[in-house]
Amino acid sequence: MAVPHAARRQIEVYRFNIVAAVAIPVAALLVQAFLPLVIPLFAMFDLPLLVTIYFGVARRNQITGLLTGSLIGLVQDSLPHHPLGLYGIAKTVVGYAASSLGLKIDVDNPGSRFLVTFGFYIVHQLIYYVVAHGLAGQTLSWRWTHEAVAALANAALAVLLFSVLDKFRQRT
Amino acid sequence: VKKNTDQGSTRLVRIWAVTLITPLEKAVVHSVSGVSQAWHHYVYLRDVRRENDALRGEIQRLRLEQVRMAQDAGQARRLQMLLGFKEQFISQTLPAQVISTTGSEFSRGVYIDKGSRDGIKPDMPVITADGVVGKVYRVYPTSSLVLEINDPSSGAGVILEKSRLQGILKGSPNGQTFVANIMADEQVQPGEQVLTSGGDRVYPKGLAVGTVTKVFGAGTFLNVQVRPAARLDRLEEVLVITKIVERAPEANEASAPVRAIDILAERLPSVPPPKPPEDKTKAAGTGAAPVGAKPAAGAAASTGTGAKPATPAEKKPAAPGATVVTNPTAQPAKPAGAGTTTSKPAPKVSEPVAGNATATKVTTDEAPPNKPKSSGSVPGAGPQPSKKPSADVAKPEKPGDARPEPPRENEH
Repeated sequence: MAVPHAARRQIEVYRFNIVAAVAIPVAALLVQAFLPLVIPLFAMFDLPLLVTIYFGVARRNQITGLLTGSLIGLVQDSLPHHPLGLYGIAKTVVGYAASSLGLKIDVDNPGSRFLVTFGFYIVHQLIYYVVAHGLAGQTLSWRWTHEAVAALANAALAVLLFSVLDKFRQRT
Repeated sequence: VKKNTDQGSTRLVRIWAVTLITPLEKAVVHSVSGVSQAWHHYVYLRDVRRENDALRGEIQRLRLEQVRMAQDAGQARRLQMLLGFKEQFISQTLPAQVISTTGSEFSRGVYIDKGSRDGIKPDMPVITADGVVGKVYRVYPTSSLVLEINDPSSGAGVILEKSRLQGILKGSPNGQTFVANIMADEQVQPGEQVLTSGGDRVYPKGLAVGTVTKVFGAGTFLNVQVRPAARLDRLEEVLVITKIVERAPEANEASAPVRAIDILAERLPSVPPPKPPEDKTKAAGTGAAPVGAKPAAGAAASTGTGAKPATPAEKKPAAPGATVVTNPTAQPAKPAGAGTTTSKPAPKVSEPVAGNATATKVTTDEAPPNKPKSSGSVPGAGPQPSKKPSADVAKPEKPGDARPEPPRENEH
């Protein structure tokens, strides 16, 4: 899985046109807000997080990943009633970490995407829980079983979603 | 031979015959009657005992129920008056479409397509036909965020329907709702309905919230898990309660005992109208009672005192605006004053009480509040000529309430 230093230069860096860079996160937020009305079980998915991870590992730029995560997180924060910044902090960290990880490993194959998404989902939820519980004083309960199942579901969805999003990326 | 009496003379033979025969006839008739009654009352009693027992049980049950309901109703009214409680009625709602969720697993809320431009304000209750959904948390120009009752940060004052326990319904992080800190010695059974108590000043009292599904906990306090009545995960259309009307209970709504004399006064046949006085100088009225003038029957019947002799000036047909009720069954709810004629202006029919579309309130201009109004006032009767030009007026509830109104007169 680890990429040798000599081959690291051959890792392709992708970019997205401005329309896709804006439309994909917005679409993810819309779908995330609407689909639980029709399919309540869909609430366990976090499409904005998957988009953040995808943009991070595809661009392989930590600054871009950090900004993408913070913007998507802040917009997602504005929909619920909880304090602003909870999703913003968590997704900023995930965006930065995904970009950093993308520089070191190949995340184009489905297996690595599954594992990366699974791990980042747990990290995202942990950061959210710590910030919300420790800083915002919110009442939350951490349920490992639920988080593990949700991480598996998000990882499985990420494999499918990333393959669709690959069509929008452009080689630099 | 005759026997002279006050009624005339009667032959003795007739008297003897009658004296002889009638006892026998009486004996025969009484015997037949006795046998018949003995047969029916002591011998032929098929199913009578069972029917009698059933009727006795029914009477006993109805008596108990009547006493209990009368006491409950009276006590509730008195307490409401004492505590200044106001009954809440949902008077205006606004239908709204649920357009999205919050998109967060940690938040239980939905967005609706109505906002401040539609009159939505924060803390307005949101319901469905099944029960309470939540309240408006944040308002935007064209949309609003509704915080559902199963959100961890929400709370609603609730009361359990049977045990009458009150508490605060709160949400949990996993989307469940529960009422916490119920004393362990209270009896709460699964399946009991949970209603809003109205104590939170957000939700009107009596709305369905959910059903108790589980009672858990140990020690001093119990937790009651509640399944929401509204399908919070399948919301499509909701109703936003935009206006709640509070109505203070009226004193005359209290269950006052119906006196037998009121019922009698109601059923008494009406009398022909008195002839107008010839002497108009008396009609000018010096306050002296004319000879032969009788006290108003209605007033005398109702108060027992205060029956004043009427002046001739009162001996005139009712005013054109008066409302006449000749059929006592027209107003069976308030027998006091029914079947009488009032010379008061026509009643006004107020607007229907909010939330109770069938309720109408009949008021008269002269009737003071919290006093029994003349039940002769019929909504919609309007200014009609009096069918019975009697001059009886509605009686006050007690002698001290007698208003300084013209003397009354009624003849029976």
